[in-house]
Amino acid sequence: MTDFTNLTLEGALAGLKAKDFTSLEITEAHIKACEDASELNAFITTDYDNARAAAKASDEKLAKGDGGLLEGAPLGVKDLFCTEGVRTTAGSKILGDFTPQYESTVTSNMKRDGMVMLGKLNLDEFAMGSANETSYFGPVINPWKVDDNLVPGGSSGGSASAVAARICLGATATDTGGSIRQPASFTGTVGIKPTYGRCSRWGVVAFASSLDQAGPITRTVKDSAIMLQSMAGYDPKDSTSINEALPDFMAACDKGVKGLKIGIPKEYTMDGMPSDIEELWQQGIKWLEEAGAEIVHVSLPHTKYALPAYYIVAPAEASSNLARYDGMRYGNRVAGEDLNDTYERTRADGFGKEVRRRIMIGTYVLSAGYYDAYYLRAQKVRARIAQDFKNAWEKCDALLAPTCPSAAFPVGRPVNDPVQMYLNDIFTVTANLAGLPAMSVPASLDKDGLPLGLQIIGRALDEETVFAAGAALEKAADFKAEPEKWWSA
Amino acid sequence: MFTAERVADKKDWLSGRDHDWEMIIGLEVHAQVASNAKLFSGAATEYGAEPNTQVSLVDAAMPGMLPVVNEFCIEQAVRTGLGLNAEINKYSRFDRKNYFYPDLPQGYQISQFEFPIVGEGEIEIEPEGGEPVSVGIERLHLEQDAGKSIHDLSPDDTFVDLNRSGVCLMEIVSKPDMRSPEEASAYVEKLRAIVRSLGTCDGDMEKGNLRADVNVSVRKPGGELGTRCEIKNVNSMRFIRQAINYEARRQIDILESGGEIDQETRLFDNAKGETRTMRSKEDAHDYRYFPDPDLLPIKITDDFIAKIKANLPELPDARKARFIESYGIPAYDAGILTASKKKAEFYETLAKGRDAKIAANWMMGDLFGALNKAGIELEDSPVDAVALGGLLDRIADKTISGKIAKQVFEKMFAGEGSADDIIEKDGLKQVTDMGAIEKLVDDVIAANPDQAAKVAENPKSMGWFVGQVMKASQGKANPQAVNEILRKKLGV
Repeated sequence: MTDFTNLTLEGALAGLKAKDFTSLEITEAHIKACEDASELNAFITTDYDNARAAAKASDEKLAKGDGGLLEGAPLGVKDLFCTEGVRTTAGSKILGDFTPQYESTVTSNMKRDGMVMLGKLNLDEFAMGSANETSYFGPVINPWKVDDNLVPGGSSGGSASAVAARICLGATATDTGGSIRQPASFTGTVGIKPTYGRCSRWGVVAFASSLDQAGPITRTVKDSAIMLQSMAGYDPKDSTSINEALPDFMAACDKGVKGLKIGIPKEYTMDGMPSDIEELWQQGIKWLEEAGAEIVHVSLPHTKYALPAYYIVAPAEASSNLARYDGMRYGNRVAGEDLNDTYERTRADGFGKEVRRRIMIGTYVLSAGYYDAYYLRAQKVRARIAQDFKNAWEKCDALLAPTCPSAAFPVGRPVNDPVQMYLNDIFTVTANLAGLPAMSVPASLDKDGLPLGLQIIGRALDEETVFAAGAALEKAADFKAEPEKWWSA
Repeated sequence: MFTAERVADKKDWLSGRDHDWEMIIGLEVHAQVASNAKLFSGAATEYGAEPNTQVSLVDAAMPGMLPVVNEFCIEQAVRTGLGLNAEINKYSRFDRKNYFYPDLPQGYQISQFEFPIVGEGEIEIEPEGGEPVSVGIERLHLEQDAGKSIHDLSPDDTFVDLNRSGVCLMEIVSKPDMRSPEEASAYVEKLRAIVRSLGTCDGDMEKGNLRADVNVSVRKPGGELGTRCEIKNVNSMRFIRQAINYEARRQIDILESGGEIDQETRLFDNAKGETRTMRSKEDAHDYRYFPDPDLLPIKITDDFIAKIKANLPELPDARKARFIESYGIPAYDAGILTASKKKAEFYETLAKGRDAKIAANWMMGDLFGALNKAGIELEDSPVDAVALGGLLDRIADKTISGKIAKQVFEKMFAGEGSADDIIEKDGLKQVTDMGAIEKLVDDVIAANPDQAAKVAENPKSMGWFVGQVMKASQGKANPQAVNEILRKKLGV
């Protein structure tokens, strides 16, 4: 019997089409796997009844030879996407039992294409965090383990953990500063953040509007291409959505890198970065070279300003985006003496520490007298960073860099200095600031046996090259390692 | 081009203890764009709907909802900008103005702070009893309205109606160019006439579709500018004048007793005719403006502006000039008749092929008088331009006299039918049959022989006979014919 949970999305879809098995069969297998893996705390809300119903509906379509791109595939959805009739929390207490009456554009595209949604995946509160430890619903555990429990990264920790643990075939995620790529790197999975504007933000709880972008986390590059093909597309309900036809992402995976120029940005390194990561990067260069790419060395001189700029722009937008959680229309409310007291109690009780910290930072940098020094300057830095990339594209077609400066670290590691945590994003925020597509591909294990990813960054709207280079890396790395299944009940 | 140097007419000075004072007034007018849909959502904007029935997910700021600009509103702002003779900014942007309030679901208002869609402009106003004044426009920007907090439904709770939340407003900011309450209300009148003729705002102040924030300060005539106070949300011409008068006097009293004016936001109490503190400068919000990352900047092309310009209707000033020129009516009359598009259209229908001056007199006198008395708007008038024209035609062709016409008009206004119907039904047709009139004259003379004899000595007393004959004819006799026959018979 096929181990349904070990299928790739691509393999599952082919098997469903060939009627080797039914959606209900693989859905039941995944539900069982989800139940067994409750210790990972990957889901905030499961929705098995609807999943079974959706699977049956898919089977009917498949039986008639119909069905969409994702027909019958059991997938997970990060709990930042609003889902009609299914509680949506954003990992926060403040939303209470908020159950949307609407479906985000991305998940609605996926439902149109036949997704079977298993449930809503855990995340850092309002997607703010790099370890999935800020969730009101508790930390997510990485299926990869060395002695202690490890974090899966964040903010899409639930998505990454679930995909790595093989409890769903793929999952949606979002990336504001690295929230898809860093967890993918920490869990040995593939994650792509497409060009800003490829996936509609309509119905996705906003963190930082100018940076937020949805994308998939999967086990293979091809699987990511399949999911993104369904998730992406122009949406007139999002003014920042890009009105361009979607390329064939799946076909792009087979293009190869022959003749491509791959740039190596010299600034993507930092003090104290483990030597494994530096070595892996060199290895990645070799792999791509051997696959026929030309390696060129480039400089992105403003990279060092990216993280500070990011930690001004993102909290600034967040401070305003999160103002709507005021206890007046939906979500939790803590009644106070008067209106201001009610606001204060509601928000103090409803938001966790990290969210409160970022709201405070954001409020500060936008205040009268500080706006020019912080927000405006950060936006100028952002323009410089975008220009750095434009200059690089004169010399190369895509960039290769590490995804993160470290592998997964233990859950509950004391975080006295939030800035230490923010450093996780150092190699990923640049793509968000410039709106570029970027992918993390699992490439090797470090000396402790933990996965490490490499990152491909491409030109705006050129996900095809990112998929081509990502697939070439995947092939060369031949990463087959799986976490040992320690959690099974 | 703040014209601080302009000193108010002496008649507008306010007397003080040691010296006179003049008022410096600037206005921020909020005009609701006449659009069926809100600025950033497709929700309806109809006035008076049940609370919270015209609210989309966007207006209620549900998680993950995004604004999409309504292009119709952009077009209306450009139209209005052109009507204000103002610069249209090719690049403008929406910013977020952040503050917490229950009727502001997003926790921010989307407005235009740094880059408004319309820049500087200028309009001419004609304050009652004063010389025409030119008032500078500082800017016009687009913003969303907030919802409405209702505090008086329950002693403990405040209710919120989000129907207005997200409705598109144009905020039109004047330069501080006005020097009297009359100038301020004339300015609002003029703005209202402009937006009405453009069709960009219905100008209905009662519904709050046009409302003003009034900035007032006082200074020694021609002297240093004083500290201003802003009076929020004044919603009628009369209240604007009242609020300014009250506020100027309040400031003068403070200054004359050695005090200083606190820069603050004040409320106008319609019932008491007073202004009172709403919040002081210290309590002012830090709105933390920043560009709304959910929206792209608005880029307007020359082509877009040219198209709007080509379809611009005739504006009040141009229309007024044309009325004076082609109808030969006085400037005052032309001003009144062009105050709104509806009035102008009514007049033009009425005056077509008729005596323009008589048409103006009837419209401004009898018709406006009757409408005013009945509290009816011109658009709801029971007598339309065609019907009133029918009445004027009967005067012109001497079927009835002007005096009888007034009776006929009253009946028309009461809904009794057309002029012809009423004339026919009531038998009001003027008697022009010379034989019949002669008979009436003979009868009156015969009944008053002594009086008749005196007319030769005192020709003026013939007027008495005219009256008697008219009375005998129940007003229907042609007065000219009566005069003529009487003169002949009485030998005048």
